[in-house]
Amino acid sequence: MKKTFKLEDLDCPNCAAKLEKAISEIEGVRKASVSFIAQKMIIELDEGDLAAVIKAIPAVAKKAVPDCTVIL
Amino acid sequence: MNKKQKKLLFRISISLGLFIVTVILEKLFNINSILLLVMYLVPYIISGYDVLLGFFKNITHGRVFDEKLLMTVATLGALIIGEYPECVFVMVFYQTGELFQSVAVGKSRRSISSLMELCPDEAVVLRDGTEETVFPDEVETGETVIVRPGEKIPLDGIVLEGEAAVDMSALTGESAPFDTFPGCEVKAGSINLTSTLKIEVQKEAHESTAAKILELVENSSLNKAKTEKFLTRFSRYYTPAVVISALILAVVPSLITGDWREWVYRALIFLVVSCPCALVISVPLSYFGGIGGASSNGILIKGANYLEALGNVSTFVFDKTGTLTTGEFTVSGIFPEEGTSSEELLHFGATAEYYSNHPIAKSIVKAAGDICAPESVKEHSGFGVEAKTEKGTIFAGSKRFLEKSGISLPENENSGTGVYIAFEGTYKGFIKLSDTPKKNINVALDKLRKSGVSGFIMLTGDNESAAGETAEKLGIADFYAGLLPDDKANFLEKLCKEKKGKETVAFVGDGINDAPVLALSDVGFAMGGVGSDAAIEAADIVIMDDNIEKCALGVKIAKKTKRIVLQNVVFALGVKFAVLFFASFGLTNMWIGVLADVGVAVLAILNAMRTLKIKE
Repeated sequence: MKKTFKLEDLDCPNCAAKLEKAISEIEGVRKASVSFIAQKMIIELDEGDLAAVIKAIPAVAKKAVPDCTVIL
Repeated sequence: MNKKQKKLLFRISISLGLFIVTVILEKLFNINSILLLVMYLVPYIISGYDVLLGFFKNITHGRVFDEKLLMTVATLGALIIGEYPECVFVMVFYQTGELFQSVAVGKSRRSISSLMELCPDEAVVLRDGTEETVFPDEVETGETVIVRPGEKIPLDGIVLEGEAAVDMSALTGESAPFDTFPGCEVKAGSINLTSTLKIEVQKEAHESTAAKILELVENSSLNKAKTEKFLTRFSRYYTPAVVISALILAVVPSLITGDWREWVYRALIFLVVSCPCALVISVPLSYFGGIGGASSNGILIKGANYLEALGNVSTFVFDKTGTLTTGEFTVSGIFPEEGTSSEELLHFGATAEYYSNHPIAKSIVKAAGDICAPESVKEHSGFGVEAKTEKGTIFAGSKRFLEKSGISLPENENSGTGVYIAFEGTYKGFIKLSDTPKKNINVALDKLRKSGVSGFIMLTGDNESAAGETAEKLGIADFYAGLLPDDKANFLEKLCKEKKGKETVAFVGDGINDAPVLALSDVGFAMGGVGSDAAIEAADIVIMDDNIEKCALGVKIAKKTKRIVLQNVVFALGVKFAVLFFASFGLTNMWIGVLADVGVAVLAILNAMRTLKIKE
């Protein structure tokens, strides 16, 4: 399944690339795509992993791009 | 500008002012060196404190390489070797670039969302006889909304009361208004032009076509183009490479010559141009602009990757019925046997087909005009019909159907789509039908040819002779007839495998029956997307109205976007490498370095924003 998240305060395209890399390394995430322009992120994953991934996102995002907030 | 941007602008202006004053004071008076350092540090810190803070935060998190590190090292380095003005100038200018970038991106996002401002924020709903104004999300299906002249229709539904002209241009790009009356379907996002309508809501707000379109365009930037992915990868290597070169440049020649100050200075210029921001932002921004511009013309593109692929298109494959032709059949020839008149034959045909819903049957009935209904009809699905009338039994259908029913047919040369007719066991003649090409097909094909598309192929399930006739009329040399949906998919797969290098194949269909074919092509166009969720789902690009000329406009936008992306890549990399080259020979300074870097970013972004405005 695909899940879309809105992002806040994602300030630069480099940050977007960093966030994308970090999120796609979360276990259970098959593919992550972050758009700096749309301030959105789409994650592809199995439905069973959704809860665990959502739980992991804030910490991972914070570490990769401290300013940016993922709206869950 | 938002609050954050305004604050940054304020900081930049203050520090720029202080900086200029300090430079002038330094020239005029002989200032104590400690005081001078403090005077330069003030604007430096005002403009760059967040960069410095971010840098230290990064270090504590164990992440090192990013633009904050680069700017911190570059400016602190300049400070240490005593180049105070450079230090401040680099920081102020870097921040100016950041501000510009953020404003420009915000502006493009807004102009795209204003193009896409389809759905109104409120709906007037009729509850217990009184009108209530609510958010469209709160209206449930089955409720009645009231839309007055000048207002936007908030939800998809069916007209209950009222007659009005409705402007659907926001959805279709088609500016001529539609007439609506009770029973008509209307779409959210259309504007009621003339008089009040009462509409029964059929879909909830988030399911309306307009909401789907909006989501699709907004999410399009998540499907990244190859160029974009390449640049992200490139920048992952570019920055460390430049930083390492800077390190080598600072240390190695200094050890040989002993002139540390000069070589460190040259190395600092490297750091100033080591951020790949201009590239990384301008490329997705170009694609986003192109997609936004296209959507304002009624062409929905689902991702930058498809826009990129469309820019390399060499072959267009068309489905015939419904795409190249209107899908409506007309009687194009009546061939009665001797002893039967044309009118009689048509009358037989129309009577037999009276109850049928098949498009061919309908067109025969339409051509005949006044007829009486048959007493009873037996349908042989896929073959024909057997109709009983007062006078006798009529058989109408394929040649095989008649032969199977024991009717002998003469050897004749009838060709194309049509119906064979027999009455009371005797063959009476043949009615020929053809579907009519859309009016603007030739114009559309010409436009495509002009934009560099060289291959045109038509696919159809119709028989060879009917297909040949249409192909000839349209000037398409390549056509394949008698194809089942699976055959079409296989054909596309083969074609995509055979193409050369970067070239891509586009398929244009109605999006309803040809989903697998759309999926197999590099770029799948669905025509007439409004009203068909299936089409929006299956295609890569949806042409919202039924206008096939939009394919050519799409190609034009794609090619122009591709050109702008290329310009930006070449220009930005060119300038960066030039600065690196001159810096290593000591032929430039930090002022020029940062001016060039920020200047390139600004120009690349402005260039990228041109994609929003590509028109026919």
